[in-house]
Amino acid sequence: MAIATEIILIGGSAGSYTLIAELLENLPPTFEPAICIVLHRNKHYDTQIEKSLSRKLKRNIVSAIDKIEICKNYVYFAPAGYHLMVEPNFTFSLDGSEHINYSRPSIDVLFETAAQIYKKNCTAFLLSGANSDGAKGLRMVEDFGGKIVIQDPAQAAIRTMPLAGKRETLIPLVWKNSQIISFFSNLN
Amino acid sequence: MAGLKAVNIIEFQDLEDIIYLLQNISELDLSGYSKSSLKRRVERFLQVEKMDIVDLKNAIVNVKDFHNYFIQELVVNVTEMFRDPQFFNSLKKNVIPYLQTYPQIRIWSAGCSTGEEAYSTAIVLNESNILDRSFIYGTDISQRALDIARKGVYSLNKIKSYTENYLHTKPSLDFSSHYTAMYDAAIINKEYRNKVLFSTHNLVTDQAFNEFQLIMCRNVMIYFDKELQSRVLNLFYESLSLFGFLCLGSKESLYAHDIKNNFKVIDKQYNIYQKIK
Ligand SMILES: C[S@@+](CC[C@H](N)C(=O)[O-])C[C@H]1O[C@@H](n2cnc3c(N)ncnc32)[C@H](O)[C@@H]1O
Repeated sequence: MAIATEIILIGGSAGSYTLIAELLENLPPTFEPAICIVLHRNKHYDTQIEKSLSRKLKRNIVSAIDKIEICKNYVYFAPAGYHLMVEPNFTFSLDGSEHINYSRPSIDVLFETAAQIYKKNCTAFLLSGANSDGAKGLRMVEDFGGKIVIQDPAQAAIRTMPLAGKRETLIPLVWKNSQIISFFSNLN
Repeated sequence: MAGLKAVNIIEFQDLEDIIYLLQNISELDLSGYSKSSLKRRVERFLQVEKMDIVDLKNAIVNVKDFHNYFIQELVVNVTEMFRDPQFFNSLKKNVIPYLQTYPQIRIWSAGCSTGEEAYSTAIVLNESNILDRSFIYGTDISQRALDIARKGVYSLNKIKSYTENYLHTKPSLDFSSHYTAMYDAAIINKEYRNKVLFSTHNLVTDQAFNEFQLIMCRNVMIYFDKELQSRVLNLFYESLSLFGFLCLGSKESLYAHDIKNNFKVIDKQYNIYQKIK
């Protein structure tokens, strides 16, 4: 298992799950980057989502574990109840500090820490949601030279989060669901 | 970085400088803490205190006892009574029966923060009729957290959410039988407060101070890097009696550490281990 030199971040809240499941379904058999997902969910649901997706899709879809190396060809979910951070030595760390934007895990926390480590090798997607978590993080990814993509608010189940992302950033790519899915199916 | 909007972030090099300054002027050694997490804490501190990184470096060097204040603001003190209620159920099922066979039971809650974990444990011991034979040591690096712990007074808001956690442990008693409510706060019963001794202990620099049948260190080591985790696990190993138990937080395990060979896994999900050699 080799350390990923590129990272793709996905932040989603209410109304984003279907798209996330669909884009994971469309992944090629192997891919170079690590994919890291913060999906706001109730802490009591814990690891159900990654377990069922990994069974169904037969891929490396796991809950991120504290201090493990960030590997190529892996999909990581932030565990419920903890912030997920990227460390300078390309490992994850978990953190149970205060909620950010009423959220833990917070999308901002993952995006901001990943941006500063992966810099231009970081691509971040902000999807549907009913709050503005992730907007500041998206801006940080942009400031550090990464690529930022926002789900077209017109196609988002709840557009508050994509709209907040647009307001906070300079020149985000705004993509339709089909474009987002084809990005993931063309990964290599 | 031109046009950087996030003015309140610092460089990793600044973080290294701060760690270095603290090592020089005090006993504090933050070099083994997870860097990104620690950096965020420093940034948050600067924001709250309306300081910049230069102010901070000056204060560390020039303001007497500043580092004591600083460290209390940096650590994450978030805690609850009966945090992860299922852990306490596993404790009752898998550990308490062993403890009941001992004439004297010493327990260490390491990184106890404001005391909730130690008091929750005392309540479980009471429910199992072994509180009178038990003694709990609660230690932390934060003096301020320990002051709150010693008082054993928590807001009714907190008590409300603790009550919910407690209900998930299928208790035989009402949660309200463990405290006395006064105005908008509640004080933990004296029978529990008398059974816990709170004192400062720094897991990074201090040594073993007793031998225990049960050590809990939950949600502390996620803030440490792997190397420091290994050192602290060694300290726990040394501090445990043979067949004593070690309980880690729900996202902490022995999995990546060689010391696991000296332990038996008692509960894989809730990270309970028993020292077997
Ligand atoms: C998140 S709290 C955990 C409280 C409790 N164990 C729980 O699980 O709810 C972490 C605690 O570890 C303490 N801590 C951090 N570094 C420490 C060190 N080097 N030595 C002792 N305690 C430390 C902090 O002060 C904080 O109170």
